[in-house]
Amino acid sequence: MPHEETVYEALDHAHGGEGQWAFGTGFDEPLAGVDTTVPDGVDPAELGEYCLMLGDDALVLAQRLTQWITAAPELEEEVAIGNVALDLLGQARLLLARAGSVGVLGRSRSLATESIPDEDALAYFRDPDEFRCTALVSAPNGDFAQTMVRLLVASTVRLAVFARLRESGDPVLSAIAAKGVNELAYHRDHAGRWLLRLGDGTQESHRRAQAGVDAVWPLLAEVFSPTGLEQRLTGIAVDPSSVRDEVRGVLTQVLERATLTVPPWPGDATPRGRLGEHGPELADLLGSLQALAREHPAATW
Amino acid sequence: MRTRTRPEGLYGHYGPAVDPWEVAATVTDPELPMVTLADLGVLRDVRAETDGTVVVEITPTYTGCPAMGVMRADLVHALHRAGFADVDVRTVLSPAWSTDWISEEGRRKLAAGGIAPPGRAPLRAPGPIPLQLGPTRRTADCPLCGSSDTEELSEFGATACKALRRCRTCREPFEHVKEI
Repeated sequence: MPHEETVYEALDHAHGGEGQWAFGTGFDEPLAGVDTTVPDGVDPAELGEYCLMLGDDALVLAQRLTQWITAAPELEEEVAIGNVALDLLGQARLLLARAGSVGVLGRSRSLATESIPDEDALAYFRDPDEFRCTALVSAPNGDFAQTMVRLLVASTVRLAVFARLRESGDPVLSAIAAKGVNELAYHRDHAGRWLLRLGDGTQESHRRAQAGVDAVWPLLAEVFSPTGLEQRLTGIAVDPSSVRDEVRGVLTQVLERATLTVPPWPGDATPRGRLGEHGPELADLLGSLQALAREHPAATW
Repeated sequence: MRTRTRPEGLYGHYGPAVDPWEVAATVTDPELPMVTLADLGVLRDVRAETDGTVVVEITPTYTGCPAMGVMRADLVHALHRAGFADVDVRTVLSPAWSTDWISEEGRRKLAAGGIAPPGRAPLRAPGPIPLQLGPTRRTADCPLCGSSDTEELSEFGATACKALRRCRTCREPFEHVKEI
């Protein structure tokens, strides 16, 4: 079947010829046609908040990982990091769209023009205190070894949560989780193999891998602490304290095989990130993520 | 996205005498042009509603697949050209796409196009997902010389769905649709 028009004309045509918002061209609503009815007995606002927690973790880690683009140690690794970030960005889009579908739009929705999809308004127009990610994902990358340690830890936690979320009573969350599990298993195992290479490599790579572990470990303190919301969403959300033993088991297994020392496990701390309390590093990161959209809120191409 | 645009009155209002599935099944993947969306198992359903609307269901390969927008546009265009005025392309997230859904025909076309088709996808049972820290266990025959003596260079390639491999016999690198 011959195509007479360019792909850009085709996209514009498919979208009713209204032109595209600059940050959304070709990326139509990720939940198009999906039944987004909220299950009986579930508070939509709480479901939306929970989706922000999961979505923001993915969005912020994706943004951190993209800081390696053009700077990774080898081309194949740069492609790998880009792929991992793209998977996480996809998960973030679905989760932020899910939050938007139940009316959780952030207090900044009015700053974005109406034609901007909800998930983009949530990503580009919320202030740092409206983000619900943990410090585990917002912390700076450090060197490559530390980046791989953080990726290992963050994807191990996320994989354990998503594996349980496959049984969520919200069919949208359970579908997102079932897809995400397949992707996250690749991410975790990729980072795990790097830890084996680095930890059981040269003296210098071992030193850097151990330093990365030591730097990342304290960030685990708030990861397993529920905010209260997760328990109120019984059957919908996953209580993060329920994945602690599994995560510890996996991380210990990788570190021991990598000849690295497992630091003492930090005690549970208040989940500050989930409550919107972040260090300046998140504001810095969001500055680069959001600047263009805020400067040109109605830009089209 | 709900697409309800009407092309320029070429086809009358009785609808064309072709099966909309047959039309949608000709649309190829934007990143793997040798295979159709139907070959890949991305095209899940095509049906004509009583009001004449053609409802198309597609599922993303990977959550972040950036080609979904182009797929939708290509499907809408192909159906418009065949005379279906109202086309509604819907996303289906569940069950999650698996490379096991790629047809035998699709696998042949991939291999003929120089891309090694996937093996069996890992079984995802309920419960924890086991760690895979060893060298990846999968194998793929070289699509160029047919040798089975190949090695994986990276689990991640130029698109989300492909890994990068190298043939130890003919020394050529090649892409492999990785199992998911």
